[in-house]
Amino acid sequence: MNVPRWISPWALSRRGILGMNERNCGYILRYNQREKFPLVDNKLKTKLITRQAGLEAPKLLHVISNQTEIERIGDTLAEQDSFVIKPAQGSGGKGILVVTGRANDRFLKSSGAELKLIDIKRHLSNTLSGLHSLGGKPDVAIIETLIVGNPALAEHSYEGVPDIRLIVFQGYPVMGMLRLATRASDGKANLHQGAIGVGLNIDNGAGIAAVQYNRPVDHHPDTGTAITAIQVPQWMDLLTLASRCYEVTGLGYLGCDIVLDRERGPLLLELNARPGLSIQLANNAGLLPRLRLIESRPGFFQSVDERIAFARQHFGVVTASTSHA
Amino acid sequence: MLQRVLPETADARSLAEQLASTLRRRPPEQNVALLLDRYPPAQLMTALLNAADVPARTVSVLGLEDGIRRERLARYTQFWDGEHWVLLDPISGLLPPDADRLLWQTDAPSVLEVTGGQGSTVTFAMIRQVRSALETAVANDSLNFSLYSLPVAEQGMFKLIMLLPIGALVVVFMRLVVGLKTSGTFMPILLALSFLQTELAPGVISLLLVVILGLLLRTYLSALNLLLVARIATLVILVIGIISVVSILSYRLGLIGGLTISFFPMIILAWTIERMAILWEEEGPREVLVQGSGSLLVAILAYGLMQWSLMKHLAFNFPELHLCVLAMVLLLGRYKGYRLSELVRFAPFYNVPELDDLDRP
Repeated sequence: MNVPRWISPWALSRRGILGMNERNCGYILRYNQREKFPLVDNKLKTKLITRQAGLEAPKLLHVISNQTEIERIGDTLAEQDSFVIKPAQGSGGKGILVVTGRANDRFLKSSGAELKLIDIKRHLSNTLSGLHSLGGKPDVAIIETLIVGNPALAEHSYEGVPDIRLIVFQGYPVMGMLRLATRASDGKANLHQGAIGVGLNIDNGAGIAAVQYNRPVDHHPDTGTAITAIQVPQWMDLLTLASRCYEVTGLGYLGCDIVLDRERGPLLLELNARPGLSIQLANNAGLLPRLRLIESRPGFFQSVDERIAFARQHFGVVTASTSHA
Repeated sequence: MLQRVLPETADARSLAEQLASTLRRRPPEQNVALLLDRYPPAQLMTALLNAADVPARTVSVLGLEDGIRRERLARYTQFWDGEHWVLLDPISGLLPPDADRLLWQTDAPSVLEVTGGQGSTVTFAMIRQVRSALETAVANDSLNFSLYSLPVAEQGMFKLIMLLPIGALVVVFMRLVVGLKTSGTFMPILLALSFLQTELAPGVISLLLVVILGLLLRTYLSALNLLLVARIATLVILVIGIISVVSILSYRLGLIGGLTISFFPMIILAWTIERMAILWEEEGPREVLVQGSGSLLVAILAYGLMQWSLMKHLAFNFPELHLCVLAMVLLLGRYKGYRLSELVRFAPFYNVPELDDLDRP
């Protein structure tokens, strides 16, 4: 595909692309009340309110909030073969340590690297002192169960567990993207580091288009999967989970990160009050027409099922070829 | 001393020059060292000239420089060469007639006399100012609300402070309209302020030097597993160390630019180094380069505007113009259009079909 070096602002506007300033001004500041930000910026708070509301999420094992708890971590984790350590206020996947198993007294990372207990303690200590949190604020570490990815999806990814980002606007899932780790991204599902983002058909969870480093790709560079052959299983459960986050948090413009667990199905990984714009590139479509359509709807209460039905009807793409016709 | 110098000199002027060069010779002659031990240089010079029958006196002189605070009087010698009074720095020699020196007082015993107190000092603050006729006319008005009604030392501060909004406007514009990434929102303004003191080229070079050395030392710190607060404190101390070493080295090598390096906001520099190091570990060197050069570019642009003499004049003499700057910042705060960087980032959308008129936002 021929990609020019730049595009005029009018051309972007004619394609309904949401820009950074308009996202901040017209959507985040307008629909997300400031006092609700901590609910999603702090993973511990997210965890607690979503558990209360009965949303499926990885199980919370421990919360580490002071140095004495770090010293006892060896005993605390004695029962756990695998676990994930996250900073409660981390951003962009910083400071997440995944332990997939044990060998003698060593902990194994997904990459196969070995960690000693002292490495775990240092990681926790760094987390508490705010190394991984926004603005270096002191933080707490949360320890969760490890997610075992659904093999139907995981086979498309180079290592790592793929996750699904859904933009939920006023409770309507408007756009979705599957993030697949690559060799370049070092097994991490982080677009900045070279993971690929696959745009998903809101109607059925099928792959539409994909980008790596903001440029279109047809196939996964490492696993060779054709983008259009990707199909996210349990799509309806996923939409329901994301849509319910609106009532739980009260945030109008929300990014929901969801993973598919082999046994438990869709699990809510984290929420984001400032979801990025790359999802538009992955979907090869702008967000603005979809957001405006929902803004023009009468404001009476709609149930989760009604919202999902509306979203599937209006934001589904029939196929890539007919959409051009 | 005089017996040796006198035969080589023709008049008062050459005598003074000869004496000054004798005084500054290193190592000093035994006689000179002995005399300098007992008398301050200016007093010694005056006494020597007087002994050679040249009319001379010790005076207090102020070196003039814009924006300097806590300056003290220097003791110089003044002598009569037959036609004029000539000013002589006992160490560096004769001063050119257009030197920026103000003769503060001649011969009087002291600048300040205190009875019953102790520990008093006199320091001088200087500011170069252009006064409009109107300003001068209203100067004695009791309702005078201009910056000129402040003491001179405060005015010097405000000359810098009044330039900050210009820098803030540049940062807002570059981030919201151009979409440049900078490390730290307003670090570029502080850098621009430092460049005002150091001049651009020496400022940029020494800044890069400090940051690069700091990053190198920081890689060692990460092996020590320090807690965050301690790490920042360590960096502050290291940055001060680097700045001292660079200053001394560049002074020894005769590069005077190094001396002005101390104008950099050291705490900010330490934080910048810390943030860059974390960025390096997490996102790779490319992102460090992008954000670093973004900050530097914004700082240089802000510096360009802030050192423009017209801008300085307007900002200080017409502070009400800052309401316009405020209005521009408010307008930019509501700017919803695309950023220039997005025109490149979103270029792949060129292949997306345009919307029908009905769907068009």
